Amino acid sequence: MIEACGLVKRYGSTVAVDGLSFTVRAGVVTGFLGPNGSGKSTTMRLLLGLDAADAGDAKVNGRRYADLPWPLREVGSMLEARSFHPGRSARDHLLALARANDIPGKRVGKVLDLVGLAGVAGKRAGTFSLGMGQRLGIATALLGDPGLLVLDEPANGLDPEGIVWLRALVRSLAAEGRGVLISSHLIGEMALTADQVVVIGQGKLIAETSVAELSARTAGRRVLVRSPDPGELAGALDSAGARVEHSPDGSLLVEGMTTESVAGLAAARGIAVHELTPQAASLEEAYMELTRASAQYRPGVQPGHGDRTRAGMKGTRP
Amino acid sequence: MTVSATATATIPPGRYRLVHVMRSEWTKLRSVRSVRWVLAAMVAGTVALGVTDCLVESSSWASMTAASRARFDPANISLAGLAFAPLAAGIAGVLVMSGEYGSGLIRSTLAAVPRRRLLLAAKAAVLTAVTLVLGEAAVFASFLAGQAVLAGRAPHATLAQPGALRAVALSGAYLALLALLGLGLGAAIRRSAGAVAAYAGLVLVLPYVLLALPGNPARFAPETMLASSVAAVRPQPHYLPPGWEGLALMAVYAAAALAAGGWLLSRRDA
Repeated sequence: MIEACGLVKRYGSTVAVDGLSFTVRAGVVTGFLGPNGSGKSTTMRLLLGLDAADAGDAKVNGRRYADLPWPLREVGSMLEARSFHPGRSARDHLLALARANDIPGKRVGKVLDLVGLAGVAGKRAGTFSLGMGQRLGIATALLGDPGLLVLDEPANGLDPEGIVWLRALVRSLAAEGRGVLISSHLIGEMALTADQVVVIGQGKLIAETSVAELSARTAGRRVLVRSPDPGELAGALDSAGARVEHSPDGSLLVEGMTTESVAGLAAARGIAVHELTPQAASLEEAYMELTRASAQYRPGVQPGHGDRTRAGMKGTRP
Repeated sequence: MTVSATATATIPPGRYRLVHVMRSEWTKLRSVRSVRWVLAAMVAGTVALGVTDCLVESSSWASMTAASRARFDPANISLAGLAFAPLAAGIAGVLVMSGEYGSGLIRSTLAAVPRRRLLLAAKAAVLTAVTLVLGEAAVFASFLAGQAVLAGRAPHATLAQPGALRAVALSGAYLALLALLGLGLGAAIRRSAGAVAAYAGLVLVLPYVLLALPGNPARFAPETMLASSVAAVRPQPHYLPPGWEGLALMAVYAAAALAAGGWLLSRRDA
């Protein structure tokens, strides 16, 4: 188990991590989400003791990382890609790290097999593509057969096949009882991989919840109605106090009324209804809504789609 | 897909120790070309320069003045490569640390070995062992080859002569201390270019600056102590006497650099 408790990290006058607390449990994939620059990588560096926290502490299985008796056997980590010397072969890189924690040399061949680098184990790692470098990073994390993993954007640079592979790998790690903290700025990927999510913005915790709960928060806020007479229905809904939006395909998006009350209203007015569906906001929308206030880097002008999303999300803040 | 052989990995008792980290550092040292080349250059350059100097000196012996002949130190001449070897030894030492920062390997290393002073100690131990063996090999080879060149054409030395063995053996050890100075600077400065520049400044440039000052403080500079005292059999005017003094002072310099490097390493964010 990893426990972050009130972590603070400042770089000069910038507060990169601001009183952050969360937990990573065994057997659970915890997605670590936040916009670019929100402090995910810094937090992971604090967890591993690479950077010293200005306040708060991080415990791994009850100890500070620096006090772990065999760090690689307890926590496997991959921070930035390319945490290896370009002049050293993948095999020697892993072997050197294995020696430091008295991990048997045969484990090196096993993790190289596992990440699909067995064929290039003797090649200098500097010749690797971004995706291969990423796989070497994952092999490094798995080297000590650890019960906990900390992976910073492991999907970066992987091809679609690699991303599917990574997802299956992470799921199987959790199924074996390991705890995984995996950062991403893409919630779509996390929705498929993670059980829990920790969402941060500007170094602060925004939400610590399950993926299911995050979806549920925004489910049922809107109702899609399809009717042969959308104009009349829209008028009726509008006068009943709902906000109605016309979609290009002729359907209506109704906000502020449940499916039951929309159906009741249509029946009372004798308007035929062909479809009536509660709309779950996508996780992307939920995530963007959560992090909007704290996104540090975003374009000054939102495109039209963003505006529509924003309008559509009104009132969905929990 | 099963990642471990057993569902629950067993963690052995105890904890990682210096010996584990030394094995790790030895694996690193032998598996990167740059450091291997620099160390090979140290050995080859030492021997080549020593032999060349012996060739030059042996041909000029016949025309030397009596005063020059009185100062003639065949052991010291065959160790002329010590004008070059310190650069290679120091760069090797710098690279052992700065190579980790330049590549990002430091993140993987500190994840495996979060006790940073222990890491530096392991690096120092492995570097000392390697540079001591190679340094001794370089100076003994240089001495023996150089004396073979001098023999017959000019006075030459043997290891049995007073002071000769000491001069040769301590010169090899001195190279290990210079490598440690480089390691300390690498840990303190972290960037290869900056650390090599700082090392070259201390070892190669500083003596010339100090020579301009009264009282010849240059005799305490790392490179001059090596060439004019440690590697000498006959005392040279204005320099430390041949013997252990220079080696001891150099050990103090190396220890100071390592202490500073270790202090910064343990205090700074990686």
